[in-house]
Amino acid sequence: MKRIKKYQRFERFWHWAQSALIFFLALTGFEVHDSIHIFGYEQAVMFHRVASYAFLVLIAFAIFWHFTTEQWKQYIPTFSNIGTQIRYYTIGIFKGEPHPINPDKWRKLNPVQAITYLGFKVLIIPVMVVSGVLYLFHKRINANDIVVISDIDLGTIAVWHTFGAFVLMAFVIIHVYMTTTGERPTSNIKAMVTGYEDVEENGEHAERSELEVKVISGQQKERKEETK
Amino acid sequence: MKISNHVQKLSLGIVVAVTVITVAFLQLTFHPQEPNLGLRELQVKYAKEDAPGVDHSQFRALNKNFKSPQEVTETCISCHTDSHNEVMASNHWNWDRVSYIEGKGINAIGKKNVLNNFCIGTSTNLEACASCHTGYGLENANTFNFDEPRNVDCLSCHDNSENYVKKSGDSGYPVKNIDLKKVAQSVGKPIMTNCGTCHFYGGGGNNVKHGDLEQALYNADREMDVHMAKDGIQMTCVDCHTAENHEIKGKLYSVSSQNINRAECQSCHTNTPHLNDMLNTHTAKVACQTCHIPTYAKENPTKMAWYWSTAGHLGDDGEPITMVDSVTGAQKYLSKKGTFVWGSDLEPEYVWFNGKAQHYMLGETIDTTDGPVQINRLLGTHADPNAKIIPVKIHRGDQIYDTENMVLIQPKLYSEHRGDSAFWKDFNWETAAAAGMKDIGLKYSGSHDFVSTEMYWPINHMVSPSNMSLQCADCHTQSDDGRLAELTGFYLPGRDSSSFFDGLGTWMLWLSFAGVLFHGGLRIVSHIRTSKNLEMKDYREFGDEEN
Repeated sequence: MKRIKKYQRFERFWHWAQSALIFFLALTGFEVHDSIHIFGYEQAVMFHRVASYAFLVLIAFAIFWHFTTEQWKQYIPTFSNIGTQIRYYTIGIFKGEPHPINPDKWRKLNPVQAITYLGFKVLIIPVMVVSGVLYLFHKRINANDIVVISDIDLGTIAVWHTFGAFVLMAFVIIHVYMTTTGERPTSNIKAMVTGYEDVEENGEHAERSELEVKVISGQQKERKEETK
Repeated sequence: MKISNHVQKLSLGIVVAVTVITVAFLQLTFHPQEPNLGLRELQVKYAKEDAPGVDHSQFRALNKNFKSPQEVTETCISCHTDSHNEVMASNHWNWDRVSYIEGKGINAIGKKNVLNNFCIGTSTNLEACASCHTGYGLENANTFNFDEPRNVDCLSCHDNSENYVKKSGDSGYPVKNIDLKKVAQSVGKPIMTNCGTCHFYGGGGNNVKHGDLEQALYNADREMDVHMAKDGIQMTCVDCHTAENHEIKGKLYSVSSQNINRAECQSCHTNTPHLNDMLNTHTAKVACQTCHIPTYAKENPTKMAWYWSTAGHLGDDGEPITMVDSVTGAQKYLSKKGTFVWGSDLEPEYVWFNGKAQHYMLGETIDTTDGPVQINRLLGTHADPNAKIIPVKIHRGDQIYDTENMVLIQPKLYSEHRGDSAFWKDFNWETAAAAGMKDIGLKYSGSHDFVSTEMYWPINHMVSPSNMSLQCADCHTQSDDGRLAELTGFYLPGRDSSSFFDGLGTWMLWLSFAGVLFHGGLRIVSHIRTSKNLEMKDYREFGDEEN
C-alpha cells in the first residue's frame, strides 16, 4: 500500500463549501417551494438568495482553479474501462473483489466517477445556475419603473430550477452512499478531508481484464488469511 | 502529514466555519428598527393642520337670515365667482364622466345611466336618490337644468357645523328649519361628515355598498384605519382625495371607467416604500391595498349579496314584512328589497386590475348562459403591464331582466304613494318593470325573470398598521386557504408547481433512496456471508473456482 495525495487543499475546501451550500440551498429552496417549513418564507427567500451569491462566487473560483491547475482533465470521459467499473459496482462489490481501477495522478477518478462528475459540472450545475440567475433577476416590466426585463415565463424558469433541485438531491443521496464503497467505508470521506488516500502499490492506471481482477481478488484473500 | 493532524485542522476549520455562519445568520436575521424616513416625513407633514386663511363668520354677506338654500349659493358665488362653474363641470354635479371605453366609444358614464347591484339604478327614483346630489331640485334627469348655478349645493360639501342635512325623497333639498345662517358661516374645507353623509351610506344604510367606508371611521383606531385613526395621524378624506378646481382625485369603479385622476397610495408613499427590496419588487404586480388591507368591514357588516328575486312577499295581513337576524340585528329579508346576506371582518377576493372598467349600460343585451351578469367589470390580466392584483368586494345577487329583449330592467321603485306603479308601494314587478322601462325609453316585452349578477368594489380604505399586513406565506403557499389560491393563470412561487416534474422528481428521490438501501443492504449481507464462509472453510479449500 502506498499513500497518495488525491485531493488538494483548494479542492477539498471547494468540495465541502459546495456541499454545505447545496445542503443549505436545498433547505431554503424547498421552503420557498412550500415543501418544508423551517425558517419562515421571508427568511427562506432571503437566505436562498444570499447563499446563491456565495455559490456563484465559489463556482467562479472553482472554474479558475480547474483551468489553472489543468485539473479539468480529470473529468475527460473515458469509456475504455467503464464496463469493468460498472461490473464492479453491480457484481464485484458484493463478492469482496478489490477495486478494479486504481487512481493515478491524472486519473484519480474511475470512469464512472469521471462521467458522473462531468455531468454534474456541465449539466446539473449549469441548469441550476442559469435558471437560478434568471429567477433571481426575474421581473416584469412595470409601468412606473425601469426594471430588468425578462420575457421568459417565470413558471418555466421555476420548473427547470425545481426539477434540477430534485436531480441534485438524487445525486447527493447516491453520491454520499457511494463514498462508502472505498477500501473501507470511511476511506473516501477521509481522503476528501485529509487529501490522502491509501492505494495499492501496483496502483498504476491499470487496465485489468476480468481474469486479472479474479487473480487479484484471490491474492487479496490469501493475504487476508495470512494476516490472520 | 499524519491523519490526526488533518483531523485537527478540519475541526478547527469546522469551528471557524460554524462561527462565521452563525455570525452571518445573526447579521441577516437582525432587523434594526431603523426609521423609515419617508414615512416619518409624511407623518410630520400630516401632523400639521392647515388653519383656514379666513373666518367666514366675520363676513357681512353671510350675516343674514337666508330664506332658501339657493340664496346661500348666490351669496357664495358673489365672492367665489367661478367656483360654481367648476362644480358644474364635476361628476358630483353631473353624475357622469365623459370617458372613452374600448369597444363602446365615447360615453358619459355615471349614476345616470349605469346600473348597480343594490337599488339597481337612479333613473326613475331620482327624488329619493337626489339627497346625495350636490344640487337642488333633481327630480328628473331630463328636465333638471344642469346649467343653473343657483341649484349648486355648496353646503353639502362645505358645511363645517354638521347641522346641514339633506332630506331623503325631496330632490336634494335640505330639511326644513335648518339655521342656514349658522351653516353658511361655518363653511370651510370639507370635513369627514361632509363626505361620509353620502359615501358611508350608499345603498340604503351604513357600509351597505363599499364595505371599507362606513361611520365607524369617524372614531377609527389604528387597527381599523391607520390613516384616519383618532389614536394616530388623524387624516381626513380630503387629505388624500385632494381637489383642484373642484375636480376631486379618486373615484370608484362602480361608476368610473378610466385610469385617470386616481387617488393612489404611491403618490405619497412612492413605488418603493419598503426598506426591503424584495417587498419593493412586489409593487410592480401587487397593489399596496392587497397586503395592507387584510380584512375589510372591520366593524359594521356590509352587504355581500342582495337577491331581488325574493322581493314582494307580503305578510298575512298584506303588509310588507321585515326579517332580522336575531344575532347581528341585520336585515335578512325585506318585502321591498328581497333577501340580503351580510358579512363583517371579511377577507377580500383578489383580481387583476389595470385601472379601467366596463359597465353594463342601460339597454345592452345580456348573455344569461355565460355566468352571472357583470354589472361592472374590472379589466386587466397578469400579462397586462399596467395591471396589479387588488383586493375587491364582490357583491353578488340577482336582478330582474326582460326575457324577450334580454336586457336588464330598470324597475320603478320609489314613489310617495300607492298606485304609481312603484314596486316599493305596490309590490308588483309587472307594473314596476313597465313603468321603469317606459321612463327611461326602453322597450319592455311584458315577460321578466331574474338573473344572477355580480358587482366589483375595489377595497381601498381601512388600511391596517404595517405589522398586521399580509405575510409572504399568506399567498406563497400550496394551501387552498392561500389568499391568491383562486387567482390562477400565472406562476406564483410557493403556490404553484408542475405536478409532472415535481412528481417525477419525488419519485427519483425515493428510487435513489431505495436503490442505495438495496445496494447497501446487499453489500452488508454479502459481507456477512463472506465472513461466515471464511470462518467455516479451510483456507486450502480456496481456489480459483471460488468467486
